[in-house]
Amino acid sequence: MQMDWVWGLIGGGLIGCAAAMYLLINGRVMGASGILGGLVDGTSRGAWVERAPFIAGLVGVPAVLVLLFWPEATTYLTPNLSVVIAGGLLVGVGTRLANGCTSGHGVCGISRLSLRGMVATVFYLLAGGISVLLFRHLLGVI
Amino acid sequence: MRGLYAFLAGGLFGAGLLISGMTNTTKVQGWLDVFGDWDPTLAFVLGGAIIPMAIAWRFTQGRVPALGGNFPPPPEPKLGHNLVVGSVLFGMGWGLAGLCPGPAMASLSYGGLGGVVFLLAMIAGMMAAPPVRRRLDAAAGSA
Repeated sequence: MQMDWVWGLIGGGLIGCAAAMYLLINGRVMGASGILGGLVDGTSRGAWVERAPFIAGLVGVPAVLVLLFWPEATTYLTPNLSVVIAGGLLVGVGTRLANGCTSGHGVCGISRLSLRGMVATVFYLLAGGISVLLFRHLLGVI
Repeated sequence: MRGLYAFLAGGLFGAGLLISGMTNTTKVQGWLDVFGDWDPTLAFVLGGAIIPMAIAWRFTQGRVPALGGNFPPPPEPKLGHNLVVGSVLFGMGWGLAGLCPGPAMASLSYGGLGGVVFLLAMIAGMMAAPPVRRRLDAAAGSA
């Protein structure tokens, strides 16, 4: 438990290096919601050649790591499926309206001092805090 | 080549999300739980990710991407209602379930049935976004 921040820093560094690589080599902003969202709503038809392999790596590499080193890994996601569905819908529609999520606005936006990235991050962090306050402490559903 | 490097970047991103604890919903909700048992880990994740990326943005100046083309244009200065409304909806969902888009994909292999349901609901939300955006724009235009 006490070492969590070290793993956070190391993992965060890897996320930053992935974003740096995608920018410097492919010339793209690494935003998870944009990469997936553009594929599913058809707004980036010509980009399969880049986006599909990105998603394959994003799903496949953790799968291999978990298989080899961490078989007990889990997300501890709530078993309450209505909460899961509501959360998924909100995350999907919200990140596409805002044109970015934690990776696009948070990591890639803040690091170039983008006003949009910083404003988005302030709002999703505040809303996330209020959401946990509301649904955990006031309503008790999570 | 574009596909190969995209695969490597996606893989590195996924490894970072797994190692950092971003795919652990209890850690994410612990970070957002400022009124309860607050967990500061995610500040280290975000900080650790922003530092190499800030260096990378500096490095783009006066250069082109290794595989050709152009770097993304400078960030748009306009904020707009969609940015705020979308971020608030996203934050509500992130707090509710504890997953954001990257970790939802990275944890697909070990997130169980719930993880698959979350991902499908998220994709449905993404597909619903363009009409929602048109309605918001129309409402903002007539206001």
